[in-house]
Formats: sequence, structure tokens, C-alpha cells
Amino acid sequence: MIPAQFDYERPASLAEACQALAEDDEAKVLAGGQSLLPLLRLRLAYPTKLVDVGRLDELKGVHDRGDHVFIGAMATHDEVLRAPAVASGCPLVAMATAHVADPAIRHRGTFGGSLAHADPAGDLPAVVLALDGVLVARSAQGEREIPAADFFVDYLESSLAQGEILAGVRIPKPGEGWGFHYEKFHRTAQAWAIVGVAAAVRRSNGAITEARLGLTNMGATPLRAHATEAALRGVELGDAVRQACEQAADGTSPPSDLHAQPDYRRHLARVLTHRAVRTAAGSP
Amino acid sequence: MPRITVTVDGVTYEEDVEPRVLLVHLLRERLGKTGTPVGCDTSNCGACTVLLDGKSVKSCSVLAVQADGCDVVTIEGLGTSGSMHPMQQAFHEEHALQCGYCTPGMVMAAIDLLRENPDPSEETIRQGLEGNLCRCTGYCNIVRAVRRGAQEMGQAVTRS
Amino acid sequence: MTVQEVGQPRKRKEDARLLTGRTQWTDNLTRPGLLHVMFLRSPMAHARIASVDVSAARGMPGVVAAFSGQDFAAEQGSLPCAWPVTEDIVIPDHPPMAVDEVRYVGEAVACVVATDRYRAADALDAIEVDYEPLPAVVDMNEALASDSAKVHEAGNKAFSVTITSGDIEAAFRDAPVVIDRTYVQQRLIPSAMEPRAVMADTDGESFTVWSSTQIPHVLRVMLAVVTGIPEHRIRVIAPDVGGGFGSKLQVTAEEVLCLLLARKLGKPVKWGESRSEGNLTVHHGRDQIQHVRLAADSDGRVRGLQVGLLADMGAYLMLVTPGIPMLGAQMFNAIYKMDAYEFGCTGVFTTKMPTDAYRGAGRPEATFAIERVMDELAAELGMDPIEVRRRNWIRHEEFPYTTISGLTYDSGNYEAATEKALALFGYDKLRAEQADRRDRGDPVQLGIGVSTFTEMCGLAPSRMLGEANYGAGGWEHASVRMLPTGKVEVITGTSPHGQGHVTSWSQIVSDALGVPFDDITVLHGDTAIAHKGMDTYGSRSLVIGGVAVVKACDKVREKARRLAAHLMECSPDDLDFAAGAFTVRGTEQSRTIQELAYAAFTAHDLPEGVEARLDSDATFDPDNYSFPHGTHLCAVEVDTETGMVKIRSYVAVDDVGTVVNPLIVEGQVQGGIAQGIAQALFEEAVYDAEGNLLTTTMADYLLPSAADLPNFTLDRTETPATSNPLGVKGVGEAGTIASTPAVVNAIVDALRPYGIHDIRMPCTPERVWRALEGVRR
Repeated sequence: MIPAQFDYERPASLAEACQALAEDDEAKVLAGGQSLLPLLRLRLAYPTKLVDVGRLDELKGVHDRGDHVFIGAMATHDEVLRAPAVASGCPLVAMATAHVADPAIRHRGTFGGSLAHADPAGDLPAVVLALDGVLVARSAQGEREIPAADFFVDYLESSLAQGEILAGVRIPKPGEGWGFHYEKFHRTAQAWAIVGVAAAVRRSNGAITEARLGLTNMGATPLRAHATEAALRGVELGDAVRQACEQAADGTSPPSDLHAQPDYRRHLARVLTHRAVRTAAGSP
Repeated sequence: MPRITVTVDGVTYEEDVEPRVLLVHLLRERLGKTGTPVGCDTSNCGACTVLLDGKSVKSCSVLAVQADGCDVVTIEGLGTSGSMHPMQQAFHEEHALQCGYCTPGMVMAAIDLLRENPDPSEETIRQGLEGNLCRCTGYCNIVRAVRRGAQEMGQAVTRS
Repeated sequence: MTVQEVGQPRKRKEDARLLTGRTQWTDNLTRPGLLHVMFLRSPMAHARIASVDVSAARGMPGVVAAFSGQDFAAEQGSLPCAWPVTEDIVIPDHPPMAVDEVRYVGEAVACVVATDRYRAADALDAIEVDYEPLPAVVDMNEALASDSAKVHEAGNKAFSVTITSGDIEAAFRDAPVVIDRTYVQQRLIPSAMEPRAVMADTDGESFTVWSSTQIPHVLRVMLAVVTGIPEHRIRVIAPDVGGGFGSKLQVTAEEVLCLLLARKLGKPVKWGESRSEGNLTVHHGRDQIQHVRLAADSDGRVRGLQVGLLADMGAYLMLVTPGIPMLGAQMFNAIYKMDAYEFGCTGVFTTKMPTDAYRGAGRPEATFAIERVMDELAAELGMDPIEVRRRNWIRHEEFPYTTISGLTYDSGNYEAATEKALALFGYDKLRAEQADRRDRGDPVQLGIGVSTFTEMCGLAPSRMLGEANYGAGGWEHASVRMLPTGKVEVITGTSPHGQGHVTSWSQIVSDALGVPFDDITVLHGDTAIAHKGMDTYGSRSLVIGGVAVVKACDKVREKARRLAAHLMECSPDDLDFAAGAFTVRGTEQSRTIQELAYAAFTAHDLPEGVEARLDSDATFDPDNYSFPHGTHLCAVEVDTETGMVKIRSYVAVDDVGTVVNPLIVEGQVQGGIAQGIAQALFEEAVYDAEGNLLTTTMADYLLPSAADLPNFTLDRTETPATSNPLGVKGVGEAGTIASTPAVVNAIVDALRPYGIHDIRMPCTPERVWRALEGVRR
């Protein structure tokens, strides 16, 4: 199918891009376009203008910044996967990114685009949420830092204001003793996650001292499994972990769609959280 | 209407395009490069896969304006006039195509896969081709062909 | 010594073009001044069309014309149904473009013709249609209730048939075991990789239609019948066609409308389908509810089988819609002997896309039901599923064998195929592992599925088609002509779209005429070149079309023999033909067939009554179907915590008779298995209660990628068919027919200790989990 008409701008700077967006309420940011273009082709979106930020150097690159990794919004999934800073500083991001779509889409799709799209079925939002990432937004008014917990507002809705562009994400580096895993459950390799679990688990002397758990596709936004996180604190590996993971679906409101009903998703969240935590804790 | 410059299979074109024109439509309908087909509208099937600045992309999910200044290689730009690219040859040898509609995209994706992983396992190949659908072959022979292509290309590198 | 070509794994002649992008897909083609067509489609499953206003669209940039159904009403006719399976079948009028009423989401209600597809797409947005909603009819059982809303005025029942053989009551009376099951064959979307496309042009008098079709010949006849344009003024070309699987065995609304648009406008027009448009409007497959009852003795011997089908026709009867379930009518009894059989089928109208042929067409459905039920019988008796089959199948020494449903199977060896499959599979070892996992209470359980299938192929003997009230014959045509330089042109009436006919037919001709493989070309898919044909579907091409090629070669050879005898001054009976040359027996004197071709061309010295051409035509019409068979074994791992099913290993031993090209046969089986697995695990066209299709894109309708399928272990047995001189049986559908029940049997086998005896297809993780939840409670 064929997209409807729109104007196109490719600003030379982030400042110009913010200006271009602020001028037109119906304008949209074009990053890699891997989520946006199918929507345009199916005529599910009719933007008046696309502001192409895909080539802005200011938004590119993955940077090791001491206590955190800064992933530029326009870093492609492929670049993120290959970035040494990600491998060492936030391996969970790499684990989940390997599950995003397919290689060709990972060459175009961007880290920032995936987050700004705010699809709760996407793999990366839950990861950034689990890792307490901080999203950095730019607008004509300047820079704004948005904790991941405040960024995802509703289904396909972020807290970015019109005229605001996601510049990048700060992912705090973990300290010692952390292990990670992203567990994705889907029917075919191409299909969206029915449920996904991003787990960061810290161990000390055989017990879990801290766990951060992000859930994919368990509500209108990515969610933290707070109850399980609390229940896991201080727990020895073994049956107690399983029990803690029984609360993984607490406080979620999973969707009903072609692939799963809410009760099944809740069940999966429990099982997959257990698997993710065990793997992250290095206890297969 | 934006004017773009794009090199396709070694030829540089300057074209005025509507912003909404998809790269695959530029290739097929403006430049006559019909070797790259379109199989879906959600970037699932991968039939339209080409190399954009050396990396595989689905040309149905790239705007022509996004390819401004870029280098595109399609299935028509592989090999030489006299002989096929080793991956094309491997698909022939292993009977890795039937109707042939997915084949251009599958070959481009396979070549891209080997760029980073010159000696992939069966599992790596299957994962690496997850974005390209084939309805005829059941993939068995495609996997074999990519293995063979990898071997041939490996030898080609060693020899030179 | 020349090598026999038949049996060689020849690499395909078709490949080079396809691999280098020098393709002729219909949507690649263009004509000077080509215009682009797009259709506006109904968003309502059922509604009266109050008005369609295309005037705004007509004024938009680049728009040449816009039309509603009313504009075609006088000339568009009704899309054909060629298979009225009963005398009293209801065949509703099926306008290519809806005029007064729409009956499924996606039905065309208007169209735009513009200078390019972007402008055509824009203009569609400007068309205004006023719908008065009518109730959707989605569920077959509800459709048959007396108070149901009607799809058509005549009601929701299209036809009903019952066929009985033997004393069914006696078979069930006092039967020690009766298995009673209901299975759902979900609706499938064929999903050939090439979306449909049509181009039509006219010189003012004659018309050429290019279409992504499996059936250029049938289409030509039908376009003439539907539009009234004389048949000799229509040429149909099927250029490169990117897969069909039955979905392009159709006379479509878009083909008729593009032809009419070319006539209206006097200009070339082209329509290319988008995938989401195709999911809505390419005919769907399967969609049956199967009620199956089987009576058996306590030793496992089957006494009788009773089958009752509800078959969803969708909103209209298309080319062979009602015939699809009827193609299964004689296949439910499969390879098993029994005393009695009853088959009943009711075709039901719903407000959904019509169903029609999809790979296997009626036979996969039948095979699924009987193979599932045989496993149920085995479980009921505590018997191994292989053993229960052994006790019932036709033994190899019993062929030819006339089954309870009246077909005569010419040849087969189920024992040999099964033994081979069991050995390759490591059946006993897997059973031991299964027992171990059960004992351990492993959360991942192992299941083993068996499918010992047969099918009827080579559609079809014309006489039998006549008895079934099908609107055409089942013969096939071929021409073979020696060119002056000794090369060979073969013209086939089959219309390949991935099957490799150019290669296989070359192998056949090479053997028959002793001409090198590379000296042979095969032309097809253009009614102006291949003037006669019945096209490609139903695993018929080799079995009928390939044999027609053999017959044409036989005639060419006999002509050449007469000419050779004349030139060498001997009797035709004194000539031996070998390696492409006639030799006078007991001498060194010989003429090659190439020399004879040149002699026929120059015509300087022809015998009395021999024309100046070394060519011939032949039409072949078989006496019987062919009956490929095989044994497929599947092992699955079922994660009982999540319900996820993973195929661990898959073995298929097929008997497709004589093999012309093992490479191509292997490819057909592999692809077929993948499609059958996809039905078992992944695919389903889902409509909601309002009749909206929810699986309109490939993001929703899940097709397996390489990452979702295992490798398959294939082998063959070869029991030549006796119904044709090549001994071939056909292979296009075998894999699809066999694999679906093998997979589902394996899943149920894994879950049987939990008290589960069925999972509805597709066997999604959620369905498996729900079944387990049901028994855990």
C-alpha cells in the first residue's frame, strides 16, 4: 500500500529539528522509520510532515561515560548490538536488542525510535525501564531528563511533548555481582512478544540482593514487576525464587489479542520471570 | 519535490521524488529495477531486501529520500555479466528456490549474513534469515545453499 | 552410452533468470501509457449499498476514471462456479464488483484508474460510500439455524450430500469400540509470496490479459463466458508466477474488471495487489467442521467410518468452491480397509471471503481426520499407533485394491514406506525417551506423531470429472517440435509457477527423443503459444501433462522412423532407435533424429504422406487418479509450563512412484511439509463476530520463517504407478497432506497421559496451556 502525502524536512541540527516539529502539530519525527513506515503504508497514520533526524550526528553513537552508557537516540539496533560499551556497561540492552525484529530491520531501526514509539510489545522499553534508564529529550526550550518510569505514559504514548525530540538514553552501569537475561516468548521468530521479561539480578553469597524486572506486553506500557522484585530481596536461589516469581503479574493489566488472553499472559509472566531470574542469577 | 542522488548497482541517478515514495518503488517504477519485488506491506516478508550502504534493508520500509546520497545494491547488481555471485550459484546448486519470488531478498539477506559471520552454523543461518519468508521450499535447501555459498565465498577470499 | 535423464537430479533451467532478477512478474510489466487501477473495498461484512459517489475522486490529480459497481452492472456478468456438486445447489449471482449489497469485508465496491499507483491510492480516499449495515453471518452452525440472518435470499445452505457405501448401521451396531470426534479445520490464507497482479490491454478489437494465475487456459474460457468477449479475441498470459498453492486457481473479480476497464478506456491498465488487500480477497482455504465416527473391533480392525462435514463456502461459490470438500469425499477411508463408509457434507454460506482450493484441497482435511482418529483408536485400545494402522491398511500384495469409497488404488507399499520411516526416525529409541520423560515428570514432554497417508492425484480422468458434474475435462496437452537445427521446442498446457516443469519436461523429452537436455526448451503460460491446456493444480502436471509430453514424443519418433526408413531404404520395422538415432538393424547405417529434423525441414525427399515437419501434438487423459502415499513421523517437545511446542525431528518417506527429478521432488516435499506444519502450529485466518478479518497482515497471520522450522529427513520408496506410462504419481501436495496430522498427533501423544485427546489447530501455546489447565483443575 501507499502512504498518503506528507512534507519532508531533513534539518541540519537538532535545534532546527525541534523548531520544525514545534511549527506543526501534525508533524512527526522520522528516525529509522521501521515502525512508522508500515503505519504510513497501511494509512493508519496521516502526518503532515516528517522531520528526518536519522542523519543528525548529535543523536548518534554509543558512549561510555563513566558511571553510565549513553546511547544516542539514532544509534541503530545493529550499532547497539556491536557497541563494546553496551556489551560491558549494559549487556541486558544487547540481549534484548538481539531479539528486536530481524537483521535488516535492525540495520535501520533505532534505539531511540523504538523507545519513542512506546509500544509495550517492543522489547526495549521494558529493558530501559528495568535498568532505570534516563531518557534525555531536547526541545527549543532546552534539555529535559525523564526517568524511564515517567516516560511511558500509555499505549504508543510517551511523555515527549510536541516539539521535543529524544536525544538519547542514559543507562546506569551496574556495580558488581549483577547478572542479566531477556526472556522473550513469541509464536514465530518474527512475531511480537506475547510476553517478555527483562531481568537484572544481583547476587551476593548465593542470595539475591536485588532484582530489577521489566515486563514486555503486560499492559498499556512496559511495567516493572515490583512485587516480585521486593519478594526476591535476600532470597536464596531455589524454591523461594519460584515463589517470589508467582507475584510477577501482580498489578499488570495485560492485553487481549489474537495471540493470548490476559490470564495466559499473567501465567506466562510468572513462568518467564522465574526463568529469566534464574538465568540472570546464573542458575540454569 | 526533493531531489536525491542515489547510486544503484553502480549507476548514479539524480531523481526528483515525492517524499512519500518508497525506495522499492523508486527502484522498480522509476529506475526499472524490477528484480527487487514487493511481497508485503509490513516489512515481514523480506522479498524487497537490498543492500543500502553495504547493509541489508527492506526497501519497502525505507523512503527514497532517506536513501539520498547512498549506495544501493540489488539482486541485479550482484555477480558479473558472465557469471553469478557465489551465493546465487549456491542457490542454484542446492535447489534453494522454486517460484523465485522471495529469492532476491533471500540472497541479499544471505550475503549480508556472511558479511559478519563468514562461517555460520545451520542455527545461525536460520536465525539470520528470520526476516525473509519463503512459501515454497520449507527453507531446508536455502539453509544448505547459504552454507555452500559461505564455503565458496570463503574459498574465494583465501584464493585471492 | 547416454545417461538416462529421468531420475537425474538436474539443476533447474529456470533458476538463472530468477536468481539474477531478470523476472517477468506481472507487476513488473508495463505498456506505453499504462494506467494503474486500485479498488475500494468494503469495510462491512454485510451491508446494502445505498450509494457510491466517485465524483470527488474523478477530479483528483492524475485520475483518469473512477467507477462504482453500478457502472459495471450491465457488462460484468457473474464470476463462475464450475463445479455444481449437486442438482439443487444454490449458486448465487456473484458480481465482480458489488452493486447492491456487499457480503464480505474486502469485496470491491469502486475503483480508480490513475496515472500512477500513488495518485490512485489518494483518490480512493475521496470516494464516498453509504452502507446500510446488515447482520454478519460468521459461524457455520449459527448460519444453519432457522432464525439466522441470511447471506443470500435463498438461505445459507449451498448444498448437502450424503454418500454411503456398505452397511453403515451394521458396522456400528454392537461395535466394541466407537470413536466419536469433532475436528476443526481452521480457515487458512494461502499466502503465495507473489501478491496477485493483473494487466489488460486492447488494440480496440482483441484483448490481452496478463495475470498472476495458475490457469491461463481456464481463465481465457471463463473471461469469454463472463464478459461476452469472444474467446478468440482474448489472449491470456501467465508470465512468471510467484507461487499459487491453489490460490491462483481462480477466476477473480480483478481479472474481469481489469479486462472491462481496458475495454471501457481503450487503454492498458494494471492492478497490483497489496498483501493486506490479498489477505482479505485472495480466496481462503480449508474451514471445515468435521464430525467423525469410527467403529472398530476390539482387536483394532476398523468396521466403519461415518463423516459429517460442515464446509464454509464464504459469501459466494467461486471456481471450484463447493468441490473442495467433495475432493475429500473418497479420501477419509484413506489406506484402510473397512466394511462400511458414509460421507455427508453441507456447504454453508457465511459473510466471509469465499474458500476454494488450497494445497491439497479437500484431501488434507480428510487425511487429518482419519489419521487423527486412527491415533485415537490406538489410544483407546492401548495399542501402538503403527500397529493399529498395520492391522487395517491395504497390504502391498492386495493391489490393485478397490476401496470402500469406490476408488481403485493401482499400486503402493505402505509396509515398506513405514519400515523405512521407523528406522530413520529411531522410533523405538524415541518411545523409550518418551517413557522416561513421563516417568520423571519432565516439564518438557515428548510426543510422537504418525501419519500414514495417501491421496488422489493427477486431477483428473475426464470421465470421472463428468460423473462428479465438474464443468471441464481433466486431460492435458503437449506439442513437441523438432526445429531445423535439431533443437526441440516443447509446448505444454501446464502452467508452472515454481514447480520446475521446464527442467523436468526437458528430462522426459531428452530420454524420449535422445536429444541433449540443453537442446530442449519448454514454452508455456500463453494461450497464443500453448493454445490448449488445463493448467497446473492438484498435483496433475507431471502425471497428466508430463505424460502428454511423452505421448507427443512417441508420435514424433514414429514420424522420424518413417522418414528414416524412407531415407535409408528399409522398412520402419528394421530400425532400432537408441541414443537419438535410428540404425538399420545389423548394419552401421543410421540417421540421427537431428538429421531427420533437417530432412523434414528441407522436404527434399519425403515419403508419400509425410508432411514437412517433425512435430506432433498429444493429449493425455488418464483412466484413473494416481495415489502417492507415504509415512511421516514427527517428534515434538511440549513445554507443559508454557504450552510451547517445538518440533524436534521430522522424518518423511514418500512414495510418489517413478521420480523424474529427485531434486525437485525433494523440494516439493520439503515445502509441502512446511506448509502442513504451519497449519498445525501457526496459521489461522480469524474473523471477529462482526465479520472483520483480524489477520490482514503478515504481522498477524503468522507464517513460519527458517527460524521456526527444523530440518526434515527425507527418503523415498518407489512403487511405480500403473495408470500412466511414466509410472509417476505426483508430488505437489503430498507433504502438506501428510504433515498436519503427524504434528498434531505428536502433540496429542505428548499430552495423552494428562487425559487430553485433542488440541484445536493451530496448536498455539495458549491452546496447549488451556488444555493442560483444564485437566489440572
